[in-house]
Amino acid sequence: MDKFILGGHEFTSRFILGSGKYSLELIKAAVEEAGAEIITLALRRANGGELANILDYIPENVVKLPNTSGARTAEEAVRIARLARELCQSDFIKIEVIRDSKYFLPDNYETCKATELLAKEGFVVMPYMYPDLQAARDMANAGASCIMPLGAPIGSNKGLCTLDFIKILIDEIELPIIVDAGIGKPSQACQAMELGASAVMVNTAIASAGDITQMARAFREAVSAGRRAYLSGLGEVRDLANASSPLTGFLRD
Amino acid sequence: MEDKFFNTTIYNEESRQKAQNLGTDYLEYQEGMEILDSDMLEQVKAFRAEYNPANFTEADVRRALRSEKKTLRDFGALLSPAAEALLEEIALAARKERQKYFGNNVLFFTPLYLANYCENYCVYCGFNCHNKIQRARLSVEQLEQEMQAIAATGMQEVLLLTGESRKMSDINYIGEACKLARKYFKVVGLEIYPVNSEEYAYLHKCGADFVTIFQETYNSEKYGQLHLAGHKRSFPYRFYGQERALKGGMRGVGLAALLGLDDFRRDAFSVGVHAYLLQRKFPHAEIALSCPRLRPIINNDKIQPLDVGERQLLQIVCAYRLFLPYASITVSSRECARVRDNLMSICANKISAGVSTGVGSHGGSGLGDEQFEIDDGRSLAEIFADLKGRGLQPVMADYVYV
Repeated sequence: MDKFILGGHEFTSRFILGSGKYSLELIKAAVEEAGAEIITLALRRANGGELANILDYIPENVVKLPNTSGARTAEEAVRIARLARELCQSDFIKIEVIRDSKYFLPDNYETCKATELLAKEGFVVMPYMYPDLQAARDMANAGASCIMPLGAPIGSNKGLCTLDFIKILIDEIELPIIVDAGIGKPSQACQAMELGASAVMVNTAIASAGDITQMARAFREAVSAGRRAYLSGLGEVRDLANASSPLTGFLRD
Repeated sequence: MEDKFFNTTIYNEESRQKAQNLGTDYLEYQEGMEILDSDMLEQVKAFRAEYNPANFTEADVRRALRSEKKTLRDFGALLSPAAEALLEEIALAARKERQKYFGNNVLFFTPLYLANYCENYCVYCGFNCHNKIQRARLSVEQLEQEMQAIAATGMQEVLLLTGESRKMSDINYIGEACKLARKYFKVVGLEIYPVNSEEYAYLHKCGADFVTIFQETYNSEKYGQLHLAGHKRSFPYRFYGQERALKGGMRGVGLAALLGLDDFRRDAFSVGVHAYLLQRKFPHAEIALSCPRLRPIINNDKIQPLDVGERQLLQIVCAYRLFLPYASITVSSRECARVRDNLMSICANKISAGVSTGVGSHGGSGLGDEQFEIDDGRSLAEIFADLKGRGLQPVMADYVYV
């Protein structure tokens, strides 16, 4: 299938895997079953010591995408991003600026500021955001490499609650749109891909599954099916069966 | 009026008399105490006054279990005696919620006692100023030794504790301890005497980001009977500690009632209300809860948490989890390994390991006596292995100081 280009890097997989909320020993198998080439991790879980450090469990051949969770302002996000670059040896950074301890909804304004600052420092900036068109445009202008709208609150498994607004972003923004947060099952990932999302990111749906590695596999297949469907062009949806042309059938020439 | 929740293991007629003679100054602030413009205490009091655990039926509890977002009324139902019959179902629901927010992760930390000098007279506490115990305060060198010993086990989060003596453990001393702790640990929390917001701001600058204050009981009258001297006697000053800490720039706050001091259902309800209101007012704040039960202390091995058995403890923690699914919940070493490990699987997500509540006991010097008897002396490695064996994932640090 077609390649996925992100910040000048080329990927085959369009499925970004999360690494939180499940056993570290399962990460490797999950990456393999998911066929993932990018894995996200919270910098705040990677900056610890030697005991149970998540960095020791991530296979070497995948790109590490550290996030700035824990940041409440643009300035804090920038500081965490710098630390992340050092620790993860990666220019990729997913910006999370969150000032809400209940729903973990992102602060678009601070995220936009952080995008600008980090893009200037040469990061591949991937802002996690609430799907607002103006904010997405501002982030694009500020140097983002993609836009990561949420489908539903992080960890909720509620699916594509913001679907209509994600569609607007897909239509209007030139950058890759990566649906992040909220996707609870493979069918939802597939749907996002069918509609033209460039990739999806999934964590909780896999971490909370009965069989983590098999669920990773299921998502891989769903994402790939959705992409193939998008590339093929979906057929039209009609309310009525449509065999003839009742209104224009009389025309002769 | 007769007190149905008169805990004779901590309290007798003599101390009751003494408390009566002291009057109601526990409702006042003392000199130098900052007064915030907040009405949260009145709100908590009003909700508590309305709450009667006996008023709920099994149908109320079932309704609470069904409702997607638990209201305060649902929370009250889950804490009621009627809910005890449905404990298995409640535990199943709590586990689902815990799973959603924290997966199989369990956060680790260890307490480090800096000093056990205390100016308060809290009748149930081993550190109280009338209890004849060995007192000590760690010097900077001793502190560093303790921290090195703890850090060598792989621990990344430390909770610094003191007895409540401003004189013997002043803010500068605690500030120095925070700076030192930042050298060895990723996360520094404080459980010290409540201070003013500018002092919290100073301690935050020194490296601390989390502040825990137990209100002990939210029944102010009972509070006055149990806290007979010292600045802890001021009920409102203690209550507003979390707000002052957040005002001072702390990232998160912890709260708890000491279960067994008063009607545990009303106290647990009050903790939930307090936490709920704090989160409403400070949406960015990380909220943490503890669920301590009374424990025996040196010179009083009879102290017991009365009617708060293991079933009730589980009920409380599950109710906390369902009402405040995003809150971090700690189960301390007051509980035994069996209870702690099971609570971690069901509803709690944070555990202390390698615990001693004495002063200077990590480096091996054992300078000062303990605050209370612990019931789980397992090392970090032991708890790590035990939780792993249960399919849980220990997390040493989930935090970055910025």
